[in-house]
Parts: sequence; C-alpha cells; structure tokens
Amino acid sequence: MNLVVEDLVQRFPVPARGGRAAGVATVLDRLSLTTGEIGTLVLVGPSGGGKSTLLRILAGLDVPTSGRVAFDGQPLPSDEESLRRYRRTVGTVFQAYNLFPHLTAMQNLLLPLVHVHGLSEAAARERVREPLERFRLAEHAHKRPAELSGGQKQRIAILRALVVQPRRLFFDEPTSALDPEMRAEVLEMIAEVRAAGAQFVLVTHEMAFARRVADEIAFVADGQVPVVAPAAEFFDRQHDPRVRSFLQLTLAT
Amino acid sequence: MPRWLAHVIVVAAFAAAVAAAFARVNYEWNWAAVWDYRQKFLQGWLVTVALSLAALAMSILIGGVTAVMLRSGRPLLEAAARVYVELIRGTPLLVQLLIGFYVVATAVGLENRYVAGVLLLSLFSGAYMAEIFRGGLDAIPKAQVDSGRAIGLTPWQLLRLVVLPQAVRLVLPAVAGQLVSLVKDSSLLSVIAISEFTLAAQEVNSFTYSTLESYLPLAAGYLLLTLPLSALARWLERRFRYETA
Repeated sequence: MNLVVEDLVQRFPVPARGGRAAGVATVLDRLSLTTGEIGTLVLVGPSGGGKSTLLRILAGLDVPTSGRVAFDGQPLPSDEESLRRYRRTVGTVFQAYNLFPHLTAMQNLLLPLVHVHGLSEAAARERVREPLERFRLAEHAHKRPAELSGGQKQRIAILRALVVQPRRLFFDEPTSALDPEMRAEVLEMIAEVRAAGAQFVLVTHEMAFARRVADEIAFVADGQVPVVAPAAEFFDRQHDPRVRSFLQLTLAT
Repeated sequence: MPRWLAHVIVVAAFAAAVAAAFARVNYEWNWAAVWDYRQKFLQGWLVTVALSLAALAMSILIGGVTAVMLRSGRPLLEAAARVYVELIRGTPLLVQLLIGFYVVATAVGLENRYVAGVLLLSLFSGAYMAEIFRGGLDAIPKAQVDSGRAIGLTPWQLLRLVVLPQAVRLVLPAVAGQLVSLVKDSSLLSVIAISEFTLAAQEVNSFTYSTLESYLPLAAGYLLLTLPLSALARWLERRFRYETA
C-alpha cells in the first residue's frame, strides 16, 4: 500500500467546565506524510501526540476537520454512507472491548460475515473454521468474552477483523491494555498475520515489535509527522532530536 | 432451607400478624353482601387487565421513542422530550387524568373514555420508561459503538445487534418495577369514570357499607396481576444474564 496524507487537521470541541468557556482542541495540526510502496506502517510517538486520532481517520471511523487522505491513490470519502462502505473493506482492532459481551466468540466472528457481508450462517461457519484452528482458538469459540483471557479476547478480535478478508487492517494499541505475558501471544499473532501477507497500519508503544514488523515508521508528535522512515533507519540512523529523545525515553524503560 | 419453604413461612407469619390485628379491632365480617357483587368485581378486574396490557405496550413504545429523542443530539427533539418527561414526572397522575380527559380529550373530540384513559396512562408511564431506557442506552460503552461501526454495521444494525441486546439486560429490573406501578396506577382511571377494578370496589363498598370486604379482594386482584409480572421479569433477567467483559 501507499499512503499519502496532506494537511490533515482534526479539531475537537472541548466541553465547558467549571464556568470556563468551551474551547477547541487541535489534535492534528496540518499533518502530512507520504509512505513508499509498503506492507506495514507503524505509528509511534508520545502519548497525546495524535497517533490514535490519525488511525481513526485512516480507518474511516472519524472525519477530519480538513485535509486529504489517500490509500493507493484512492481518496477517503467524507460522507458517512461511503465511509461505511470503506470500513467494510478494512478491519480495525482497538485497545480493548472489541468483542460484543452478549455474544460468544463464535457469534462475534459470524456477526460481520452474516450481517455485513451477506454470507449464510453455514458459509460463515465454514469461513471461520480453518482460521480458528490455525490460531489455536477453536476450543474457545463457544465462550463469552468474559470467560476469555485478555489475550484470547484480542486474538478473537483480530480474527473477526481478518475473516472478512479486508484490504488492510488497523491496530490501535492492541496490546496496551494487556498484561505482559498476554502481549506476547497477541504480538505473535500480528506477526503471523503479517507473514501471511496482510497489510496494516499499527499504533504501538512496543518499540522492539515495531522494528520487527514495520516496513516504515511514522513518528507522530504534536499533531504532526516530522519523520517517516524505514524501520532500520528510524531506529539506528535517526538524527531528528525529537525522535532521539523519544527513543531514549521509551527504550530506557 | 428450600426457597419455597422460606416463602411459605414468611407469608404465613405475615397472614398471622394481619389476622391478629383484625381480631383485636373486632371487625364484623359481612362477606355475604359483597359476594352478591362478584360479577362486578370480575368485570372490573378484566377491564383493568385490558387497560394495563394496552398501556403497558404503548408506554414501552412511547418510552423508546422518547429515549431516542433524548439522545438524538438535536436540540428541538431533545427539548421536547425533556419537557414532556419532566412535566409528567413532576405532576400528579390525578391532575393529568382530569385535565387530560375533561379538557384535552374533550377539546380534540376524543370521547371514548377508555381510549383516552389508556393514552393518558401510557403517556404517564412512558415518561418513566423513557428515563429508564435512556439510562440503559447511555450505559453501553462507546467502545461497543466503535466496534460495531468498525465492522461496517449500519446505525440500525448497531442498535438492533449490539446496543439493544445489552441495554435490555440492564433495564429489565427497572422496567419490571415500572410495569408493576403501571398496573396499580391504572386504579386512578376511576376518577374519569372508567369502570375498572378499583371503581368496582368503590361501588360495592357504597352499596354494602362493607369497606374491608370490598377492598381486600381489590388488593388480591392486583397481586394476581403484578406477581406474574414480577415473575416474568425475573425469568427474563435470568435468560438475558451473561457476565460483562
């Protein structure tokens, strides 16, 4: 995929509080970035820098205040109807609470296939059977989310995004809400997904993992992307002072 | 101790206490006079059942629409729903029935007092339902909406497949309580001369001068309606139960 973002601005109204007037927060401030022809893009940067806001726009969940986004030369639409069609062609996995708690893992997987993509129940079950086996989740298919571990929940969520055969995936800090031992199983699954050829954009704080799976890394800070670079170059030969101090801080902990 | 036995013991103890109270005041029972009017009781009870069922369905409908309006984000719709809810909840049903029937219904030419009564009762209960539903909808985390949108659900699918099934479980106990109240509130329809259960008891009382013999069957008749309603709610609660993740 090739991603071009031009002059992207995202402002949110800030509700009035304690007698103070309502204001506007500028989260993305004329953000621009251009990638090469790549399989995976990883967004890193300090908290509050705008990574998740950018990802939500790329995933078609939010409409920016202004600016343009294009994947492979195709501009993202801005009306909800077209955006919904776009979202049906991609998959998104959030930090947590992806799964619907009133449905079993299996029903969670079937729901988009049956209700969004028009498969019959039988065809949908056939579609998810093999992936459930491959990712060692078949034995958990009958369980409700509350009976699954955090790692299992995220893996089912990733699978739900995968089985609709999306053009590309979006991950918004998929391991941030997990205990360390569960992070590994989720990251491993994302690495497998990549090895199988899937394209994705990933927001993460896991620098070692970013280096492992990223074709290019975009550094998002203060609502802008000052640096986009191939992974090796980003970690080893980066002279931008903001990136250097960010890497020192994150790698030190 | 099995649960049914506990219930039997509590009910028996309560009955004994009530019986002792009656024994102390030396009340002279006169069931024979009231028995002659059993047909009137039955008719009144059936009217109450019919009124309650109609108002029950309609108040859920009104509550649902109002709850959606309350959360619509459109100032005019929100204001209309809010004013309706607060006016209804802040004023006595008695006043609403009297003004609603003798002024509003008459003004618009609605003469059937049964239809007017059901409408007024539904509007009353619907305001409470609206707040219950709104609370249930608000309690669904935004992340659930995000997840639903992310897989490409339409707003209607999102409501039907994701939000409502979770909200129903949250609001069931409160809705059941409101429905029980509705059945009992229907007794006030006697003030606009609807021959329902309570009016029947009042009339029997005025014919026979047997106050308790008229009103005790009234209490029993309402319990006969409200207890199954509570049982149904508990059964539904069990059916919709699942752990939250």
